[in-house]
Amino acid sequence: MPEISRDEVAHLATLARIDLSDAELDHLAPQLSVILESVASINGVAGDDVPPTSHAIPLTNVFREDVVVPSLTPEEALSGAPAVEDQRFSVPRILGEEA
Amino acid sequence: MTDILMPFDEVLAAYDPALGLEVHVELNTASKMFCGCPAVFGGEPNAGVCPTCLGLPGAMPVVNGKAVESAIRIGLALNCDIAEWCRFARKNYFYPDMPKNFQTSQYDEPICFDGWMDVDIQNEAGETETFRVEIERAHMEEDTGKSLHVGGSTGRIHGADYSLVDYNRAGIPLIEIVTRPIVGAGEKAPEVAKAYVAQLRELIVALGVSEARMDQGNLRADVNLSLAPKGSGVLGTRTETKNVNSFRSVERAVRYEMQRHAAILSGGGSILQETRHWHEDTGITTSGREKSDAEDYRYFPEPDLVPVAPSREWVEELRGTLPENPTVRRSRLQAEWGFTDMEMRDTVGAGALGLVEETIAQGAAPQAARKWWLGELARRSNEDGVDLVDLPITPADVARIQALVDDKTVNDKLARQVFEGVLAGEGTPDEVVEKRGLAVVSDDGALGAAVDNAIAANPDVADKIRDGKVAAAGALIGAVMKEMRGQADAGRVRELILEKLT
Repeated sequence: MPEISRDEVAHLATLARIDLSDAELDHLAPQLSVILESVASINGVAGDDVPPTSHAIPLTNVFREDVVVPSLTPEEALSGAPAVEDQRFSVPRILGEEA
Repeated sequence: MTDILMPFDEVLAAYDPALGLEVHVELNTASKMFCGCPAVFGGEPNAGVCPTCLGLPGAMPVVNGKAVESAIRIGLALNCDIAEWCRFARKNYFYPDMPKNFQTSQYDEPICFDGWMDVDIQNEAGETETFRVEIERAHMEEDTGKSLHVGGSTGRIHGADYSLVDYNRAGIPLIEIVTRPIVGAGEKAPEVAKAYVAQLRELIVALGVSEARMDQGNLRADVNLSLAPKGSGVLGTRTETKNVNSFRSVERAVRYEMQRHAAILSGGGSILQETRHWHEDTGITTSGREKSDAEDYRYFPEPDLVPVAPSREWVEELRGTLPENPTVRRSRLQAEWGFTDMEMRDTVGAGALGLVEETIAQGAAPQAARKWWLGELARRSNEDGVDLVDLPITPADVARIQALVDDKTVNDKLARQVFEGVLAGEGTPDEVVEKRGLAVVSDDGALGAAVDNAIAANPDVADKIRDGKVAAAGALIGAVMKEMRGQADAGRVRELILEKLT
């Protein structure tokens, strides 16, 4: 039976940059376990002859012609940005990481 | 902080190096990997973006078929197997250079895998030795946006107040080519690394799938290096030096990391598995981020893109489009150009083979093309510390300058000034000749006056020539050339002198 520990939830929250309080962790860990358990019931339906899949329909090779189509204007592209400077997206400084 | 380095010879006495190279190649497709925005970096910021490459909700990516074709051709040229079926995957991380909060890449199902490339290096005797580099994989992914860090003193992230992001580059198709650990290169490890990247670039150029300019970031190398006690046969802890952007820097970065690792290990320390940053100006690496939990990318198959399943027919068709094998090509070109073994070796060694070939294709004679690239331009590349290919001059420019020499618009000496002008960004060769007033004077009136002056100033030399000592004309030619500030055709000057005196 799949189970997700409180520590694992805390780790995933860190990776996803979600700040969870101790109370929220206590609350969410059991809930996620129940969700995983419910989804895992599919294993009981699929036989050994059914391979795991990531896509619902067996479609492959959907390609686009290498043709340029008009982009947004910079104004449109930046219209949803909370902060803009020099026609660029302005984002908070990044700590402890470097590209 | 200055790193302590162990002398290179001592490193080799105690340790075996293992190398790994990851090379990112930006494809030259017209459009991006998953959308129809132009695959052109630079220009007006955020003018080449759309909902897909900005990662806006609901946008649906579709794979660029041409990029898949280029990926397969690269894989085939690297002797890889081509996957019968593979998927894209999301590489999840939070960094503003990807607005989606993930990069669409491939994870455990690369489109190309298990290949190799034979790399030629020179041994002490000047003979060519072949070193086989095994290719683990080549996979498809997309480039990231470009961040400008504002504030702080260094322009780097540490100390920056905020960052400004341009997403024009986000989504440009990238192929990442990863080697298996390269062991057994010993003292030649730095050279093998350089030769691998140089010859990989040559292959990419021959395939025509990328502009492959390292200075423009079309081709970027990450250098993994570890040391193990000599003869132990194990792999030590590695560091990954990012974005080493010239052939010579690849060589220098490997050498530097070997010496740095050895100093730490021999002092009883241990190597921290981390990203290192290469500093082109000082030739050193500095610590970047440590590999940690934050590098847990939680890859999973990309649900918005269907799998890629190249038919065997298509793969074979693409195999038929491959350029000739580099070794065969070198022999063929040597025969065509009539180069001696040494001339050919020097040309290949300087990374000038493709440049010389293109220059000849633009109309220059083989020896002239070789002379400029391995002479004047090699000198400049050494002085400036940049690779030949990154000098701001094209094979077409070189061919044009040679044509100007051939039609006697300039002489050899003036041609050097034309090179100087083109390299200084003064324009095309013709523009430089025009702007600097370099064309030799073919106007016999002006030349004749200079000749008369020279004769008048050197009556005894003139008498000798009148007496039949034609060899004495050299002194008068020199005087005329001086007066013309070198802008005359010495042959024509000689003719005029002899016409007047004999």
